[in-house]
Amino acid sequence: MALKIVKGSIDRMFDKNLQDLVRGIRNHKEDEAKYISTCIDEIKQELKQDNIAVKANAVCKLTYLQMLGYDVSWAAFNIVEVMSSSKFTYKRIGYLAASQCFHEGTDVIMLTTNQIRKDLSSPNQYDTGVALTGLSCFVTPDLARDLANDIMTLMSHTKPYIRKKAVLIMYKVFLKYPESLRPAFPRLKEKLEDPDPGVQSAAVNVICELARRNPKNYLSLAPLFFKLMTSSTNNWVLIKIIKLFGALTPLEPRLGKKLIEPLTNLIHSTSAMSLLYECVNTVIAVLISLSSGMPNHSASIQLCVQKLRILIEDSDQNLKYLGLLAMSKILKTHPKSVQSHKDLILQCLDDKDESIRLRALDLLYGMVSKKNLMEIVKKLMLHVDKAEGTTYRDELLTKIIDICSQSNYQYITNFEWYISILVELTRLEGTRHGHLIASQMLDVAIRVKAIRAFAVAQMAMLLDNAHLLTGNMQRNGICEVLYAAAWICGEFSEHLEDPNQTLEAMLRPKVATLPGHIQAVYVQNAAKLFATVLRKHEGATDSQAAQETSQLLVERLPLFVQSANLEVQERASCILQLVKYIQKLQQKDVEVAEEVSALFAGELNPVAPKAQKKVPVPEGLDLDAWINEPPSESESEDEKPKAVFAKEETKHSRPRHTEVDEKELARRREARKQEQANNPFYIKSSPSSQKVYQDAPGVEHIPVVQIDLSVPLKVPGMPMSDQYLKLEEERRQKEKAEKKKKEKKKKREKHGKGKKHDSGPESEEDITPAHHVDIVTEEMPENALPSDDDDKDPNDPHKALDIDLDKPLADTEKLPVRTHRSEPLKSPGEDGDVESVPQEPKKRSSKEKKEKKKDKDKDRKVCQLDFSVRRITDSNKNGCYLETKWVVYTHLWAVYDIQGNLQDGSQVVVSVIFENKSDSFLKSMEFNVLDSLNSKLQRPEGAGPHDGLVVPFQLPPGVSNEARFIFSVQSIVMPQKLKGTLTFIVKSEDSSTHEKLDFKLHFTCTSYLITTPCYSDAYAKLLESGDLKSSSLRLEGVNMPFHHLLARICFHHHFSVVERIDSCASMYSRSIQGHHVCLLVKTADQTVSIDAKCDEPSLLGNVLDEIKQTFSQC
Amino acid sequence: MRFMLLFSRQGKLRLQKWYTATAERDKKKMVRELMQVVLARKPKMCSFLEWRDLKIVYKRYASLYFCCAVEEQDNELITLEVIHRFVELLDKYFGSVCELDIIFNFEKAYFILDEFLMGGEIQDTSKKGVLKAIEQADLLQEEDESPRSVLEEMGLA
Repeated sequence: MALKIVKGSIDRMFDKNLQDLVRGIRNHKEDEAKYISTCIDEIKQELKQDNIAVKANAVCKLTYLQMLGYDVSWAAFNIVEVMSSSKFTYKRIGYLAASQCFHEGTDVIMLTTNQIRKDLSSPNQYDTGVALTGLSCFVTPDLARDLANDIMTLMSHTKPYIRKKAVLIMYKVFLKYPESLRPAFPRLKEKLEDPDPGVQSAAVNVICELARRNPKNYLSLAPLFFKLMTSSTNNWVLIKIIKLFGALTPLEPRLGKKLIEPLTNLIHSTSAMSLLYECVNTVIAVLISLSSGMPNHSASIQLCVQKLRILIEDSDQNLKYLGLLAMSKILKTHPKSVQSHKDLILQCLDDKDESIRLRALDLLYGMVSKKNLMEIVKKLMLHVDKAEGTTYRDELLTKIIDICSQSNYQYITNFEWYISILVELTRLEGTRHGHLIASQMLDVAIRVKAIRAFAVAQMAMLLDNAHLLTGNMQRNGICEVLYAAAWICGEFSEHLEDPNQTLEAMLRPKVATLPGHIQAVYVQNAAKLFATVLRKHEGATDSQAAQETSQLLVERLPLFVQSANLEVQERASCILQLVKYIQKLQQKDVEVAEEVSALFAGELNPVAPKAQKKVPVPEGLDLDAWINEPPSESESEDEKPKAVFAKEETKHSRPRHTEVDEKELARRREARKQEQANNPFYIKSSPSSQKVYQDAPGVEHIPVVQIDLSVPLKVPGMPMSDQYLKLEEERRQKEKAEKKKKEKKKKREKHGKGKKHDSGPESEEDITPAHHVDIVTEEMPENALPSDDDDKDPNDPHKALDIDLDKPLADTEKLPVRTHRSEPLKSPGEDGDVESVPQEPKKRSSKEKKEKKKDKDKDRKVCQLDFSVRRITDSNKNGCYLETKWVVYTHLWAVYDIQGNLQDGSQVVVSVIFENKSDSFLKSMEFNVLDSLNSKLQRPEGAGPHDGLVVPFQLPPGVSNEARFIFSVQSIVMPQKLKGTLTFIVKSEDSSTHEKLDFKLHFTCTSYLITTPCYSDAYAKLLESGDLKSSSLRLEGVNMPFHHLLARICFHHHFSVVERIDSCASMYSRSIQGHHVCLLVKTADQTVSIDAKCDEPSLLGNVLDEIKQTFSQC
Repeated sequence: MRFMLLFSRQGKLRLQKWYTATAERDKKKMVRELMQVVLARKPKMCSFLEWRDLKIVYKRYASLYFCCAVEEQDNELITLEVIHRFVELLDKYFGSVCELDIIFNFEKAYFILDEFLMGGEIQDTSKKGVLKAIEQADLLQEEDESPRSVLEEMGLA
């Protein structure tokens, strides 16, 4: 034995420690991977040793490798081993490794429950601390449920160090196990007034985090927080509280009014920028929530804006950035106050820091109005030209489009200008946003009817100059706009001045170099154009021109028929055949134009993005039901092609689109609009488009306005959009003048009568669009309501924490505690490991409560206690083993640990942690057990055999403390239960009563076993010796991986694995009195057979019973 | 706070702490992506950036980048303060800290971080409090180790 120790220590001296590993990695820069793989092999060897120091060192190295990105999940069990070391040094490393490597999917986590529980109740506060820290990183729903109660107890620990950590970790527990929130909340609330500032700030942190997600449940705490806010001087805490108020005020405007004053005071007085920033943010939030009616409302906003201006002007980039960020929040509700700082914001566009420029861009987004849109966009276009680096330029481009298209093109008064901007943007080199520009072109052309003629003219120009866009391969992204251009020219070809020319442009051989999907659109729209051309010429009886066009198509289309792209090929060959057919008809002088254009008749309207979701499922349609029974797997192969064939057939028979005639469509649309207008629940579209409707009701009735092209399509040397800007200014001036005239007239008419007209310098409403714009709204299924809540994420973990906290706690709401049962006697097997099922304990506890109530009349509370046994820990120095047990009582909670002592085979130490759960003072506690022949409570000399032991402390409310009792045990071959009583005095303000609590202590056989490693040769000798009696056990329906099963036996029953070969393993353990217990575990098809040998048959029988019990519960 | 990363200018990860459960693969991806973004920023740029749905607050101390991911509503300046406080703590503990201290004593750096932040929330706002807790815990560790000299361990004493 001694030799082995010596050998182990010498080995250890030659092991690499962490520093060596790090140094090694740094020295092997060239072949790092190879070096690390040899290190991992070494670590594997080290983990196989029994010396915990070696294991801890190995685990520490693994944690480092994990950070470098290596998978260490295979060592999870070793990490658990190191965690359960009794030495703080190793425990600390174990928990660190666990917190870095474990996650919800780590299966050994469930084995840690009892270890963690033990550490939580450790007398050493740093053990507890390290366990709490680790747990905060890898807590799972199961751990949260099983440990919630322990952690809640720790919130009232005597040491602030522990209280603080326990309070903080509760937040993680709530997230994983929301049921714990209500029972734990009262205590959490208490901690807001904890004497220790650290604990107090922890409680503020947790409640603020909770309240931020579900503010309405925390409104009742507002007075308390208000008090804290006005009294606290700790900026960290203040920031949290102020943030909390920011979340609460939208729900309670009165609170907001009360807050403004202290907040503005803070803004004036504080020198801490972080606090100032938080205050400004919250004031903004408050003012947003206060709709109106605040007298000094604008003063506060002014103060905020001023302070933010100082931030933005600061040389510190961070403050500048945040100032702009906060400014954008004010902008939403008080655009005017921000707009006066436009100079500053435009200045920021030139900042050297890109992120600041982007923030300034964000602000511009909200600062535009009908009045200044063109001007701002002009500035941005200048920046686009100047910008270095495509990322920022692309960002500018998207911002321009965002700014212009926001709220349904609300601020665009002149769409010709917008189209010109889009066309100008296509000249950007190397942009990735061709697609975005294209979709804007399509959207505007489809939805703004009045602009179609202009758009078509511009698009035709783009198509004509396509070589400019496609010339350089680097400009690839931009060719997407050709997609839009081709489609717009085709779809709205009636507006084309010279469709022949455009058609020719679309069929140029160079088109074949474009991406496939664009070519496909080209081909399809060439056909549309062809239809238009035919119609045009047929009216004029100019058959020659029409035939020439057909000839053009017949000549050019074969190029596309040869395309490698299927879509292009298919469309081209269809259309080619069609044209050839038409050509024949033309030669016979048959009029075909009407029929050809019928191919492309009907209007395409945009569909709302949520429309599909809103289509109600027709009655009787079950989408989950099989239409045909799914083919069974055994079905022969030859049926498969048949199914494919059938599918194809249905495809063919399906009509392309249902024909609804125009009138019917118009009628339906009108009816729907009527209905929407009358329905008060229908969310009306944005005010601007509504206004448009008022001007011109009905989409269909707007005559397509003849656009007076006051600007020539292209002016050399000057971007076209600028001309629009100029024109627009002139137009406004003119309008203003006219209006003034009118107003004067009106004034003269209405003089002395009614209110005076407020004619400000130039208000938003004064600006009328250049021409009537009809923005087609997106189509929705009938009766569907647009709603915003479609987008909420149902998987948000915080959703589960939306719990009313003011409701009093119900009897059934209790944190799960392994509760005692009412039956006094039970077979030991049934008391085995309990992995508590969520509902069961609740039911039980409520039942017990009822029972207790009955007993109350007799003024004597009896509590039957029974302890479930859980295997807990690994070895420590002197080989003690712990069992955690629970007692629940209205006044008192207690945790019991039973420790076997290897050095003295006849002694067991029971340590009890008592916790006072009542509001009263508990004192004069006396612990007594009725001795059996076998087990006796060790009493001090001179005491009688029935005297109780005085617990050496008193318990103020909410306090816990630990006491130890030693039992002497003679035989350990049978499980035992000892009856006992605990008497104590409950002292409340006006009375003191004597209380008595009955309980039972349960010593299982497993608790006398000690994990002892054994080598395979020694093990073989032991089995050969023939001294052992055998017994066996079969478990059916065990559905878990084998290594898992072994881990369970190791963990719950203190065995160690001697050898494992495939699905067969030998295991060993030893009792405190030196009995050998050997197991041979085999598994096959969910059946586990255990052959066991032991020199004490009855001990063996009992241990096997307990093992059986463990597995019957999983 | 969602997570904290320490990495070097060369893009070597020195410390990582995740306060929400994240799969190993996603972690790696996020770290790689974030390092690229942060390292690409110029020195004169501000310390904040928006990344995915998070706000990133970072600061460079000598060759090391300290980088925190916080949520939308969180206060950037206080996060910067957290980073600074952590650096101060490291500095006090190691005595003018350098990157090598953190590389070779990475577990110590974690212990300090764990005493300062827990579950992503500030645990102790006083520097002294944190350092005291660490000292005490270290003392406990030394008590564990000191009585056993090598000879004792070898069973020769």
